[in-house]
Amino acid sequence: MSFKAASHEVGDVTVIDMDGRITLGEGTALLRDLIHENVARGRKKIVLNLGAISYIDSSGLGEMVSGYRFLKNEGGEIKLLNVNKKVTDLLQVTRLYTVFDTHTEEAQAVASF
Amino acid sequence: MPSKPQRIEVILETLVESIALAEEMGTRMAAAAGFDEDDQYKIGLAVHEGVMNAFEYGNEQRRERKIHVTFEMHEEKLVIHVVDQGAGFRIEEVPDPRDGENILGDSGRGVLLMKAFMDEVAVLSSAAGGAEVVMAKLHKR
Repeated sequence: MSFKAASHEVGDVTVIDMDGRITLGEGTALLRDLIHENVARGRKKIVLNLGAISYIDSSGLGEMVSGYRFLKNEGGEIKLLNVNKKVTDLLQVTRLYTVFDTHTEEAQAVASF
Repeated sequence: MPSKPQRIEVILETLVESIALAEEMGTRMAAAAGFDEDDQYKIGLAVHEGVMNAFEYGNEQRRERKIHVTFEMHEEKLVIHVVDQGAGFRIEEVPDPRDGENILGDSGRGVLLMKAFMDEVAVLSSAAGGAEVVMAKLHKR
């Protein structure tokens, strides 16, 4: 399954609902474009909803970290929502759980900025 | 006397599509070898990372170079070899992506994931001079 994403806005927060695989190529490029497009529009509070993500590889993790760094430099922030077991395992192994703020409810993620 | 391991070798082009193809083969081989769904995913991801490493760093995305992937089904384990045609690398020289500023790096997590999800991971120099990643998953039985 390839990668798909759709965004919706809650106040000044953009929630990006992602579906499929975040892997080298199409998935990572689309994620990068979405983050950069939002920042270009002045929207620097982003929630990545990973609820329908079936697979992430090390490139996908790298793209998420790159987005995190980019937003920090721009004075914004990125949060994670609905992190499933597979992604939780990857965050544990790589210790990226120490970098990303994760939430289980959209309202909670939006309110956390 | 132990039986001879079943061995399947594939030669892949250095294309981004080869990564998912190898992953799918890894997952299927793991299923055929009797690993549970969780281990099938882990073995598939390890193969994905090994081939992605060969694609990106070993073969430097040069299509004319090949990636050789070999699956060996032994009685006690599944062994996978990923061989590229690059300059090779030493696994002990790969920086730990969890340390210090590395945690915010864009890359360098592939070897860590292979080590986390497989029971044995080593990097050898192939006969042609490239890297040969050898990884194994042991049966739990």
